Amino acid sequence: MHSSFRQSMAWLHTWTGLVVGWVLFLVFVTGTAGYVQYEISRWMRPELPMEARGDLPSPDVLVGHALARLEANAPEAKSWQIILPHAARQPRGWQPLSIRWEEMPPDRQDFGRTGSEVLDAVTGQALVSPEPRDTWGGAGLYRMHYALHYVPYWVGYYIVGICTMLMLVAVFSGVITHKKIIADFFTFRPGKGQRSWLDAHNVISVMSLPFFTMITYSGLVFFTTWYAPAPVAAVYGTGDAAMNRYWDDRSTVHKAGYQPARAEAALLARLVTEAEAEWGAGRVAQLRIEHPRGEPAFVELSGIAGDRMGGLRPAHLRFDAANGAPLPPDDRDGAAARTERLLFDLHEGIFAGWGLRWLYVVSGLLGCGVIATGLVLWTVKRRQKHIKGASAGARFGLRLVEVLNAGTIIGLPFGIALFFLANRLLPLQMEGRAQWEFHALFFGWGWALLWASVRPLKRAWIDLCRLAAAACLAIPLVNALTTDRHLGASLPAGDWALAGFDLSMLGFAAGFTLIAGKLRRKWAVPDEDGASAGTAALAARHGRVRHEPAE
Amino acid sequence: MNLPSDLQARLSVASRIGAAVLGGYALASAAASALALSLPPPRHEAALWGMLLSFLLYALAVIWVMQARSATRAWIGMALPTAALALACWLLGAGGGA
Repeated sequence: MHSSFRQSMAWLHTWTGLVVGWVLFLVFVTGTAGYVQYEISRWMRPELPMEARGDLPSPDVLVGHALARLEANAPEAKSWQIILPHAARQPRGWQPLSIRWEEMPPDRQDFGRTGSEVLDAVTGQALVSPEPRDTWGGAGLYRMHYALHYVPYWVGYYIVGICTMLMLVAVFSGVITHKKIIADFFTFRPGKGQRSWLDAHNVISVMSLPFFTMITYSGLVFFTTWYAPAPVAAVYGTGDAAMNRYWDDRSTVHKAGYQPARAEAALLARLVTEAEAEWGAGRVAQLRIEHPRGEPAFVELSGIAGDRMGGLRPAHLRFDAANGAPLPPDDRDGAAARTERLLFDLHEGIFAGWGLRWLYVVSGLLGCGVIATGLVLWTVKRRQKHIKGASAGARFGLRLVEVLNAGTIIGLPFGIALFFLANRLLPLQMEGRAQWEFHALFFGWGWALLWASVRPLKRAWIDLCRLAAAACLAIPLVNALTTDRHLGASLPAGDWALAGFDLSMLGFAAGFTLIAGKLRRKWAVPDEDGASAGTAALAARHGRVRHEPAE
Repeated sequence: MNLPSDLQARLSVASRIGAAVLGGYALASAAASALALSLPPPRHEAALWGMLLSFLLYALAVIWVMQARSATRAWIGMALPTAALALACWLLGAGGGA
């Protein structure tokens, strides 16, 4: 097909990139939002109280409160959990004193019904938190990056999986295409049309190449048994029963069953105090109490998941629940399972403090940039060639890609801005409210695609940038008009999750305004193009491309 | 541009894409399975190693197909190792873990 290896790699890179570019753009935009999903969720549920830590009673009081409520709620439980007040990483933020329990599983099942309560650390009473509005919050955006929307989850898994696999191929072939990868990194020639787009694409790609390789590969690993089930079939046999045997082998569920969980407050308090002496005060995140049939009842203490102190996995300590004697930890994970977990942790970045978290967000945005510049590059290359004459099919293809580019690269962020606005503006009692937030997102995106298809291309880019800027600017304003969780309240209170969200939206508004202004100056597009817009729209409907003079 | 040769080129590209997507997947699956079967127990660890590495194998297979001299060679390059590895899996007792 192609004379040289490098040429064939360039071909592979171009076409795999084009085919999956828009889906991957969606995946990168919503996945990047996932790095701040708890902050987004916090903003989207303004009913929740501002964070309150207060002074905490000693561990024996906390454990006593928790045990009393566990005994009252779940006297015959398979598992008791006590979450001590701590600064958590997943979900990020302050965790109040709370309890969870799992009832005895019904016959031949592994899991029983679960329950939970948040407790007042001082009085030990169960707290009723205000019912927040109906929304999926940041988790809704995060879910879109692997399960999409409006399709059954498994369809989403496969579409995203295929696109991710193609991206992995595009990353590898992209590296092979650039023999001068180091030189490319230091090359940027702005204002030179196609050359500049290529340079931008190269610089961002090389800069974030380790991130792309990691994020793509680890993303696939989340769904190994969906995407690559052959090794399980080879070792365990085919069918659901064989797959269940695989998961059973990896599970820590005790097959012989359980006796009801029991524990003594004084012993638990002593263990917590000892663990805190080793890990640091406030660093015991939770206690789990279980009694597997035929084995001693145990208490397992865990450090904070993702905490630096515990490495990528929380530290665990296990003791006999009757006398406090140390027990060996139940960790059956071998090298493969630990590798898998490392990839999960790298992908999700839960261990990242705020500095590293920003780096994750910036890397994610660079990913959006690589995909966007790659998609634009495809059209810029062809537009120059096509001026000399091309088939109707090729012209239609070019026009289609151009419309999809403008309508998605700017239209999707615009849709997400509408998603946030809908969170504040939809009536609180509305039926299917959470779904309507998503309808708003896709309405915005669809409208942008439509707009890009009827307006002259350059005009459409500028219009959409301005529109996205206006929508982003509106978010903190509408927030101030509809809630008391606005910048005027969140900044003085030092609530950076809430304030950071509003400030980021102002940042995006500024960014889109800058792009709109830059494009307008560069292309010298008049604000009102009068009759020409109509003619161009007509031309577009007939599948003809309106060619702009080459830069 | 003359049509028959254009058509031929398109068919060749389509065939090569088929070899990459289907043949590459089959080869990666067979290689990952053979690896899982030949690793020491515990078997869930062996299966997981196979799955973790299969994406790398798939990507390498696709890249190899795209640089092969012809679509036919690409298909042969996928089919022969796949058959050999499938045979190896069978000899190693594939699916006998039940």
